Amino acid sequence: MPTVRIPSVLRKHTDGAAKVTAAGGNVGEVLRAVTADHPGLEEQLFDGDSVRGFINVYVDDEDIRYVSGLDTPVERDSEVALMPAVAGGDG
Amino acid sequence: MRFGDISQAIGNTPLVALPRLSPKGYTIHLKLEGHNPTGSVKDRVARYLIEQAERHGLLSPGQRVLEPTSGNTGIGLAAICKVKGYPLTCVLPENTSQERRQLLTMFGAELVFSPATEGSNGSVRVARELAAADSHAYMPFQYGNAANALAHYETTAPEIIADLPQVAAFVAGLGTGGSVTGVGKRLKRWNPDVKVFAAEPEYGDLVYGLRNLDEGYVPEVLDVDVLDSRIKVDSRKALGATRELAEVEGIFAGVSTGASLVVARRVCNRLPEGAHVVAMSPDGGWKYLSTGAYAPGDLDEIATAISGTLWA
Ligand SMILES: Cc1ncc(COP(=O)(O)O)c(C=O)c1O
Repeated sequence: MPTVRIPSVLRKHTDGAAKVTAAGGNVGEVLRAVTADHPGLEEQLFDGDSVRGFINVYVDDEDIRYVSGLDTPVERDSEVALMPAVAGGDG
Repeated sequence: MRFGDISQAIGNTPLVALPRLSPKGYTIHLKLEGHNPTGSVKDRVARYLIEQAERHGLLSPGQRVLEPTSGNTGIGLAAICKVKGYPLTCVLPENTSQERRQLLTMFGAELVFSPATEGSNGSVRVARELAAADSHAYMPFQYGNAANALAHYETTAPEIIADLPQVAAFVAGLGTGGSVTGVGKRLKRWNPDVKVFAAEPEYGDLVYGLRNLDEGYVPEVLDVDVLDSRIKVDSRKALGATRELAEVEGIFAGVSTGASLVVARRVCNRLPEGAHVVAMSPDGGWKYLSTGAYAPGDLDEIATAISGTLWA
C-alpha cells in the first residue's frame, strides 16, 4: 500500500505516527482513506474538496499541482508526502 | 577582461558540461555562479536591487540599506554597498555560520540577529519591524522585489542563450524564486518549448515542526506559472549529489547545486533524446565547510546534521 508522510505538526492526529499507509489509486483516494482512519486530519488537510493552500502534497517528491492534482496516480509503492509550505532558504 | 570596479565584474560565469554525471543521451551543464566576485549568484541580484532603487529614486547617497538575509544576498549587498557608499544592516538568524558573519562584518555590514527557531521568516519579521521604526532606511526586500527576477531575466538567461542556444530545460533551487522566475521567463520567451523545473529544499522534521500550517509563505517574486514542475529534494540526496560532483567532475559546489543536479537527472527522460539541460550552481562549497557537509564520515549522519539549514 502507498505510504503517507505526516508532518510533525499534524502527528497529534495520527497518534504520533510519522508515516501511515492508506489504499487508493490516486492522491484524492489515498488522502480520503487517511482522513477516514484519522478523522482529526480532515479539517487540517481539506478546505471543502481541495487541499488547503499552505499544504504541499507530493507523490514521489513531485508537487501534485504540476501533475494532476488530487487525480495524480499513486502506485502501490508510492510515497505521498504532506508538507507545510515554508519560506525558502537564502544561502 | 578588465573592469572599472568590482560591481562591474559580476556575471559572465562559465557554463560547464558534466560528461560523467549526465544520464546517457543527455547533457547537463552547470552555470557556475560561484565565479562571481563575492562567490554567489546573489551578486547579480544585489547589484540589481541597488541600481534599480537608485534609478527609481528610492535610494539616495549615504542612505542606510536594510535587508533580511542569511547569507549570499547579504554578502553580495555588503560588497556593492561598500563601493557605492551605503551603510548596510543585515538581519540574520542567530544560527548563521561563522564564515558568513565574518564576511559580512569585514565588508562593514551591521548585523542584527533574529531567533534561530524562526528561520528566514524571523529575519523577515525583524527587518520589517526595523524598517517601520526607521523611515530613513531602504529595504530592497529580495523576496518581493521585481529587480531580483529582473537580474536573471536580463543577465543570467541571455548568457545561457548565448552559450547554449539549444537549451531544452532549466533547473534551479527554490529560495526567493528569483532564479527560476527570471531565467525561466526569458528562456520561454526565446523558445516556448523550454521546460523549467524547481528543486525545492526538503528540510528536516525540526524545521517543519516549528511552523504553523497557516503561516506558510510564498514569496511574491516567485511566478508559479513559469514552472513545469517542482520536485523536492531532501538533504541526503542533495548532499550525495554535491559530493559526487566534487568526486567525479572536480566541481566544488554548495549543497543547493546538488539539489538541482538531482532534479536535472530526474527530468532528462521527459525531454527529447540528446537534449541539453542547464542547472544552476548558485555558489561554491566554501561557505559550507564549517557545517561538515564535505567532511569524511557517514553521509546519513552528516545529512541529518545539516537538514535544518540545508542551503541557508
Ligand atoms: C545557495 C543558494 N541556493 C539557492 C538559492 C535560491 O535562489 P533563488 O532565491 O533565486 O530562488 C539561493 C538564494 O536564495 C542560494 O543562496
